[in-house]
Amino acid sequence: MYPEDYRYSSEHEWAKRENGRVRVGITRFAADRLTDVVYVELPQVGSEVRFMQPFGVVESVKAASELYAPVSGRVVEVNERLRDHPELVNQDPHGEGWMIVVEATDPSELDRLMDAQGYRRHIGEA
Amino acid sequence: MRDFPLIFERSVPGRRGFGLPESDVPAQPLEELVPPQALRRRPPALPEVSELDVVRHYTRLSHRNFSIDEGFYPLGSCTMKYNPKLHEELARLPGFARLHPYTPEELAQGALQLLWELGEELRELAGMDAVTFQPAAGAHGELVGLLVIRAYFASRGEKRTRVIVPDSAHGTNPATAAMVGYEVVTVRSDARGNLDLAALEQYLDERTAALMLTNPNTLGLFEEQVDRISERVHAVGAQMYLDGANFNAMVGITRPGDQGFDVMHMNLHKTFSTPHGGGGPGAGVVAVKSHLEPFLPVPVVVRDGDRYRLDFDRPQSVGRVRAFYGNFANLVRAYAYLRTLGAEGLRAVAEHAVLHANYLRVRLAPYYEIPYQRICKHEFVASGVRQKRRDGVTTRDIAKRLLDYGFHAPTVYFPLIVEEAIMIEPTETESLQTLDAFVDAMVAIDRECREDPEKVRTAPHTTAVGRLDEVRAARQLDLRWRPA
Repeated sequence: MYPEDYRYSSEHEWAKRENGRVRVGITRFAADRLTDVVYVELPQVGSEVRFMQPFGVVESVKAASELYAPVSGRVVEVNERLRDHPELVNQDPHGEGWMIVVEATDPSELDRLMDAQGYRRHIGEA
Repeated sequence: MRDFPLIFERSVPGRRGFGLPESDVPAQPLEELVPPQALRRRPPALPEVSELDVVRHYTRLSHRNFSIDEGFYPLGSCTMKYNPKLHEELARLPGFARLHPYTPEELAQGALQLLWELGEELRELAGMDAVTFQPAAGAHGELVGLLVIRAYFASRGEKRTRVIVPDSAHGTNPATAAMVGYEVVTVRSDARGNLDLAALEQYLDERTAALMLTNPNTLGLFEEQVDRISERVHAVGAQMYLDGANFNAMVGITRPGDQGFDVMHMNLHKTFSTPHGGGGPGAGVVAVKSHLEPFLPVPVVVRDGDRYRLDFDRPQSVGRVRAFYGNFANLVRAYAYLRTLGAEGLRAVAEHAVLHANYLRVRLAPYYEIPYQRICKHEFVASGVRQKRRDGVTTRDIAKRLLDYGFHAPTVYFPLIVEEAIMIEPTETESLQTLDAFVDAMVAIDRECREDPEKVRTAPHTTAVGRLDEVRAARQLDLRWRPA
């Protein structure tokens, strides 16, 4: 359910290392709790994000929640598909529903996040 | 064709709902009266309908509405109490209803006296020193309250940048703080549902402008450490802001000013029984302690001897925040409410509101999860989590099914810290029979969740409009600003 090679934040974002870059999305748990996502507001390519500071907003029929960056750095890719297909966040939160890719300035920040087992404990599923 | 056409779709070119006699003064060409850049090129797209068309259209629409006059409306945090019809009569007295806002003060003494006396009564109930009537509703009151706090610190040459809110706060609190330019810091609640004092202390320093607290909080629970919270907040020179949305639970019993709050807003359309739902209008009086009084919006109603006047001479004021003096007709209704009930009556309002909420909480506890098991105030938060896990039926489904039983749904999915939240506020104006009927419906729905969950998942079945596709409606917006 929660990929072993991802890192997880207490605010329910996941981070996946990809050769120095970090792909970011929200967890299955967060997507389920939000229910149907209807809009995702993401930063522009080139903007800076800071560790555990808001970088965007995810909106469902139930609530709007801020997205927190699991790592600091520059945004190098944004999932443009979410603009027209926010449902990808619900359908495949750990894959097609990714949100941004960050060129991390300090990848060691990821060590401060949880591993899959820690995250499962965090959400009471372990 | 929709089953319910818009009033624009009933339009027939040339149809009129009225006739006027020929003007007995010569007509002037419009071009001579209005500068060309202000003249429309096309006539406005107004519906052309007869009086009967209009009456039928809006009467039919009103039948589809749900109102407090029609049924029980336990919408948590909204205090949907009965609005006495006597108030409607009083608000329509010609001396109030036909008074022009530019009437000279000396010819509007009655209205000014009413405002001044209402202010005195609200000050007394709040334990505060001064009020403004201008804010149009609660969130506007928050804005004014924080503007006043900002002006206060500016006058002292202090630069404070942060506003603290609990994780159970109404969404308007952080929104207001952000609008006023503050950084918002969220503090968690503890296991008893109180603001976590230890967590709060970590954030308190000279950067903090205010703590925005709701008491009782949105879990319907009294903040048991409010005195210590006030002490700590004041120790770093910050201000205590009360979101008075839940004032109904303590009016006439305890005073926010005595709990240490420096500013609060009151929703007259909740606690003081002026009509709301469907647009109100609301009335969000803001009350402050004396050190904040110079910063209140102008004008302020003052009494000189036995005369009343509007004081504009407040050099430190944050300025005017709304046209004229607030939603005046609702101030008349609130005044009537206060005068009819008196001190004893108001205390009984809070006592009965609290009793009713606890009655429902205890009676529903065998059927629905109640995450915080302690005496609540005017409302409580239940959860549909048991039904969700056991039957795959969500709080949303339960809320929709309640409509079939003739009840308005409670507030759902708020506060955010309770999963599948169902927030129930019965108010003091409901009878035991109504409360019991509501319990019966909730118990019946719990049984349906087990025995016939599909019926609940597809509810409502008896309303004019069935289950809407909220997801599609939000993803594929269909908005327009004039008829197609």
